[in-house]
Amino acid sequence: MKTERVDAIARSVRSQPWGLWWLQARRLVRMELRRNLFSWKAAWIYFLAFAPTAIILIHLLFESHPAYEISDDADVLAGIVQFYYIRLGVFFGCLGIFSRLIRGEMVERSLHFFLLAPVRREILLLGKFVAGSVSAVILFGGAVVADFALMYAGFGAAGREYVLNGPGLGQLEAYLAIIVLGCLGYGAVFLLLSMVLRNPTPAAMLVLGWEAINPVMPPLLQKVSVASYLRHLMPIHVPGQGIFALLTVQTEPVAGWRAALGLICLTILVLTYSCYRIRRLEIRYTTE
Amino acid sequence: MTSMNDRILFEDVSKFYGEVLGVNRITLNIPPGVTTLVGPNGSGKTTLMNLMTGLVQPSSGHVSVLGLTPGDADRFFRQVGYCTQFDSFPRRLTGAEFLFDSLLLHGMSEGDAFRLAAEAIDRVRLGDAGLRRIESYSKGMRQKIRLAQAIAHHPRVLVLDEPLNGLDPMARAESLALFQELSRQGVHLVISSHILDEVDRISDRVVLITGGYIVAEGDIHEVRREVRDKPMQVLIRCDQPELLASRMFTANHCVEARLHADGKGVFLRTADIDEFYRLLNKIAVEGLVTIEAVAPADDDTLAIYQYLIGGDGSPS
Repeated sequence: MKTERVDAIARSVRSQPWGLWWLQARRLVRMELRRNLFSWKAAWIYFLAFAPTAIILIHLLFESHPAYEISDDADVLAGIVQFYYIRLGVFFGCLGIFSRLIRGEMVERSLHFFLLAPVRREILLLGKFVAGSVSAVILFGGAVVADFALMYAGFGAAGREYVLNGPGLGQLEAYLAIIVLGCLGYGAVFLLLSMVLRNPTPAAMLVLGWEAINPVMPPLLQKVSVASYLRHLMPIHVPGQGIFALLTVQTEPVAGWRAALGLICLTILVLTYSCYRIRRLEIRYTTE
Repeated sequence: MTSMNDRILFEDVSKFYGEVLGVNRITLNIPPGVTTLVGPNGSGKTTLMNLMTGLVQPSSGHVSVLGLTPGDADRFFRQVGYCTQFDSFPRRLTGAEFLFDSLLLHGMSEGDAFRLAAEAIDRVRLGDAGLRRIESYSKGMRQKIRLAQAIAHHPRVLVLDEPLNGLDPMARAESLALFQELSRQGVHLVISSHILDEVDRISDRVVLITGGYIVAEGDIHEVRREVRDKPMQVLIRCDQPELLASRMFTANHCVEARLHADGKGVFLRTADIDEFYRLLNKIAVEGLVTIEAVAPADDDTLAIYQYLIGGDGSPS
């Protein structure tokens, strides 16, 4: 009896038009990428991503780089990722990118075109999520790679040695993994908030506050936080000083793979609920 | 079951926006052909269309189109095209790119999407404007590109919300001709419009709605006949209209007579249309007057609108 039911489910899964859904999702992602990356509205997100790059470039051009300062600059780069990108850049960048995907279309009164297309709403949501994630990763990942290259370019041979034969490339990999996971995690949260709330910004501020106080929460509640997972993936831990101390709290160390898996599970959970919500989504532009 | 699969069905459908009534307990069975939704602003026409296409969900009841529901988007929106009233578009696209992108989401090849986009632009007579950005379009052109998007994939059901709004008289006539052509091709059209006298010419059926309730529905002539408490008006073209009017007034059911402006006809209003035609036949047989033509003068949507809903049914 149980086997028959499993067979029926397997048959049903196989009979779905996966090829069509894959094609529709790819096309949707392509359209959304065009709109996310090549729009004047995205200018402030470019600024958010590349502001540290500009500062590092100035540092490269106007300051000397003796070899013994490499570890100091590595700490500075770690601090930029930990305090700027994770807490501010990626956070607000994802808020801008992902809240535009559904709520922005509502405000511009163009969401109905997607809802009237022969595309399952779940595919629509996931396609938009992937497009938002790719856009955010291109911008912030690209910015971190540029930051990394400029940070060590001034050190000449010592810099090359640090990057190619030292810990440099490993750190870059970790930073990129953090950026990717941060974009996925915050992206899923803001996509859901923008679907549930007419103005997701106040709720995003609550999330920002929650992320700040999360490390002092009980272990179970710590799992409901994007930054808490990312913190464990940092290759260099920079203790906060002054105002930054508010943004960093020492917590029990967690293995990198467990942190990554935890964040992916959190993202899947949020996306699953978003898929449920989008099936009930109604077009009521007059109330926007 | 098969016959139901060519229908648009509303089964006891209600829609509330919070505490505000959209439509209440609507049961409709719309067969193929051209159906006009008629009602004043805020009567629930757009809500009915949005319910039909899944843009809003019923608070209770069930809606299906050709046996499909909007939840089954893959199949539903291949059969249904909806030209909404929403006057906004994705930014920075030309009309052709907008259609091309929409068609690509159907999963068709780029070649097919290009061909269908060009065909739709041609059908709505948008011409070279299809290659311009939509931001530069006039209101009428935006209406045309919306219509093109709704028909581009050759749907079997076309839902058109005020499709004549913003169009000049020439474009309105072209659109009506297109609707007639689509109807002849077997497309199921549901149209809402305030320009009743134009839509009336191509409609097979009318659904009159006010305050979220259906007031009347069915074949226009049948609905008119059902409005028993309102006398019907008939125009009779004849050589001696005054004499005809005086004869007809001998019958109690004739309540009003008005000479036509050209003096070669008379409008007669009767409370009993069957008795009226019986008497008219008798007069014709007697040879007292030579009758050239007889036609109902208020057997149209506009008249029914005025009788049942009030107002003049003119564009607002």
